[in-house]
Amino acid sequence: MIKDTTVSTPELAKQLGVSAQEYDFICNKLERRPNYAELGIFSAMYSEHCSYKSSKPHLRKFPTSGKRVLQGPGENAGILDIGEGWGVAFKMESHNHPSFIEPYQGAATGVGGILRDVFTMGARPIASMNSLCFGDETQPRTPAIVKGVVKGIGDYGNCVGVPTVAGQTFFHPCYNGNPLVNAFTAGIVKHEKIFRASASGIGNVLVYAGAKTGRDGVHGATMASQEFSTEKELERPTVQVGDPFTEKLLLEATLEAMNSGLVLAIQDMGAAGITSSSFEMADRAGTGLEMVLDKIPVRERNLTAYELLLSESQERMLIVTSPDRVEALVAVFEKWDLHAVAVGTITDGKRVRMTLHGEQVVDLPVDLVADPPMADRPFCPPADLKQAWFMDRNKLHIAPLESKIQAVLLDLNFADPRPLAEQYDSMVGNRTQGETFDDAAVLRIREIESKAVRLAFTVDCNPRLCKLAPREGGRRSVAEAAMNLAVRGAEPIGITDCLNFGNPENPEVMWQLVEAVEGITEACTALHTPVVSGNVSLYNDTDGKAIYPTPMIGMVGLIEDALPLPFSRFYSTELELALVGPLEAALGGSVLASRWFKRDCGQPVDTDLNIVNRAIKFCRDLRKTRLTYAAHDISDGGLLSASLEMAFRANVEPIGLKLVIPAGKDVDEVLFGEALPRVLIAYDPGNRGEIENLASRHALPFAVVGNTNDGGTIQFHQGSALLWQGDTAELKARWASKWEVFFN
Amino acid sequence: MKAAVITFPGSNCDDDAVFTLQHTLELNVDRLWHKEAKDLGEYNLVVVPGGFSYGDYLRCGAVASHSPIMGSVKQYAAHGGLTLGICNGFQVLCESGLLPGALIRNLTTNFICRDVTLRVTANNNPWTNQLKIGDELTLPIAHSEGRYIIEEPAYAEMKEKEQIVLSYVSNPNGSLFDISGVCNEAKNVFGLMPHPERSSDLRTRHGMGIWQSFLNWSAKQK
Repeated sequence: MIKDTTVSTPELAKQLGVSAQEYDFICNKLERRPNYAELGIFSAMYSEHCSYKSSKPHLRKFPTSGKRVLQGPGENAGILDIGEGWGVAFKMESHNHPSFIEPYQGAATGVGGILRDVFTMGARPIASMNSLCFGDETQPRTPAIVKGVVKGIGDYGNCVGVPTVAGQTFFHPCYNGNPLVNAFTAGIVKHEKIFRASASGIGNVLVYAGAKTGRDGVHGATMASQEFSTEKELERPTVQVGDPFTEKLLLEATLEAMNSGLVLAIQDMGAAGITSSSFEMADRAGTGLEMVLDKIPVRERNLTAYELLLSESQERMLIVTSPDRVEALVAVFEKWDLHAVAVGTITDGKRVRMTLHGEQVVDLPVDLVADPPMADRPFCPPADLKQAWFMDRNKLHIAPLESKIQAVLLDLNFADPRPLAEQYDSMVGNRTQGETFDDAAVLRIREIESKAVRLAFTVDCNPRLCKLAPREGGRRSVAEAAMNLAVRGAEPIGITDCLNFGNPENPEVMWQLVEAVEGITEACTALHTPVVSGNVSLYNDTDGKAIYPTPMIGMVGLIEDALPLPFSRFYSTELELALVGPLEAALGGSVLASRWFKRDCGQPVDTDLNIVNRAIKFCRDLRKTRLTYAAHDISDGGLLSASLEMAFRANVEPIGLKLVIPAGKDVDEVLFGEALPRVLIAYDPGNRGEIENLASRHALPFAVVGNTNDGGTIQFHQGSALLWQGDTAELKARWASKWEVFFN
Repeated sequence: MKAAVITFPGSNCDDDAVFTLQHTLELNVDRLWHKEAKDLGEYNLVVVPGGFSYGDYLRCGAVASHSPIMGSVKQYAAHGGLTLGICNGFQVLCESGLLPGALIRNLTTNFICRDVTLRVTANNNPWTNQLKIGDELTLPIAHSEGRYIIEEPAYAEMKEKEQIVLSYVSNPNGSLFDISGVCNEAKNVFGLMPHPERSSDLRTRHGMGIWQSFLNWSAKQK
């Protein structure tokens, strides 16, 4: 074992993932070689995971300001104003690498980490979501990963008592060796109770609070910044172990300490544990720190400084308070049976000095550690992009409709999410209204008594499109999320993102990242939804194969009234159906194209964000008219999937559906095409005139496309000709049970 | 009227219960801390809420049943005090011996959160007296250990004494005899797995049937 104070070597630096160039830079600045413990600090803080060195220069393009922004990127979570003196704090984060190595703990600690990011801001968490991307059914490990991840998320969130209300689950072979687990949490906070992570006030005390430190997760941040190989599955000890019970205590103790005025600043110990929290807090304040590592509560003996600094043991916080408040702060944590110990003080001089057993083991300038040099990564479009755009439209056209419909319906992704969703407590907190795991979830904010305020949450990304055209993919992922909120009647107010990509040292992957960021920027600018927080996960490659670019968007919407909500289900057998938006849509990048040609293909058409803006306003106005209670955003699988989902979720039985494609229209484009914005609504036929007028006021196409009935069959017509029919109950049974296989 | 809601470490439906009692029923509500035993004689209702008390380590509700506050609840219940256990609270009451039977892992072994339909099977008690036998309520469940078990002779006796208060119409967790809520012989202690506090001023609002029964009963006692 190497001693903490042993002077490092270039070879050791390389082993710990610090490049030769970075090591030279560090030695030059320090005018000496860092010791082993210090090198550990650089290895974590210079990792992609902590430094964002590849992505940061591009992320600066994001729109991050707006009238509602109370806190933009750079803190533990972003915060938007929701009126009446309250804000919503939210963030999304990835836990991809740990979840592949150990699905249950990886996913559980992902939830734990994002919960802490939110309550660190002073906010009480009220809702969680997740976005999961798994390999396909041909991958033997897929069922075990799905089961482990879902159980990990459920066991953690359910115990802490934060409802899991929405999510996206996507199966695709590009995730066979690298599943994605992205966790989102939102909390609510009063403006004057927002806490930040800045270690200011010379002489103030640094308090360690929460669970004890062990050897688990040492070097997790570095692991998350490397490509995977099959052998890496043996790296289990680097995965953190979560304890949701301790998290719940930490949540209550932290909020109680904050409300009692005992906290000046606070940061959760996430990736790179004590190292990142201490250096980042000092960096934000322009101060220095002195810490006595012997004081850290430990659950194993003989931890070295290297291990103490890099441990990613869960459920820990670093708190700044004044000397006279330490005793009261410790008492609050002890009330909740947690440890809280003063471990250091804030100093001037912008250096962090740490001792262990009376020996100085770390003496580093804050900025050298906290502000690593950025990487200027070259990027260029993939050579084979144009080939992927080729799609034999004629071949598709002449194929029998029955086969095309079955191709889409048999897609593993066309399934009822309930086998997963019901394993999460979606109602704890007494806020959740109506359906969850649908377009968007809606929660009332019962803390605000002066007026009705509800928040809507959704996650969205279309990786298939992001692969074919990352800029349009980024744009459409944002627009799609906005439409998910709009169909519930919510005003989209801001986003968080989780940018999951492959190895940024590959110029083609880097190009995908740059393009997707441009697309997100365009859409967020046009839709007035600033980016207030986010996370980047790179090196999602296994054995040299990158995942599809997956810029996941978590979006928050606001509803400022108590009017009823529309849901994506038929509520009567006597409704008329209309499609608002373009009736025909392109097949490039659609589910049908992928399923039919057994490869993701076609050239996606650019989304017109002006029309999306008008469609959002239309949906919001429509809810206020109370002319309909059924609206669904048309996305993957086109009108076919959207209309069937509304029939399957109907709260009347038996339900029949008759879709009539107007004569002269292309059946494939109407039924399977995917473009934005397209909304399927169902209403009492007498309301058609008013709804059509509303659509025309927003300059949106409106087409009647059928009706519901009590016939118990799904029928597609063109003009008077019957093109296809199926039994609702039979189709629904297949859809409802598809994901049950993972949990038997 | 005055109610109390207990908070154990790991309780997570205590806030929801407090909100419902305070805002929907307009009661005065005190929060009780698990470490502090006290005389509960002043309360018309004591709620043992849902959650994961003490992390559900050992057995659900087992550690909580030995907490100082549960000593107070036992005394209060012995004197006829109305005591309601919801979800984890039901488990705590069973572990404390205040209710018969036990709750074990769901037959599917998974956590289940969904709205379920319940049938009222007894109403001669403080908890369902405003409902009719055979009435159906739709309330949410959210648990992984809600499978109620009881020995057959004890069940026959409970049925005879009208202690089986609520039954699942479509059994989600494998509970014996479809049982979802039971009371003690004196009927002042009631436990159920579904969450009436989550469906009182929100969702189906069927939780109100239980609260109104309690209010009606308590008003008559005066």
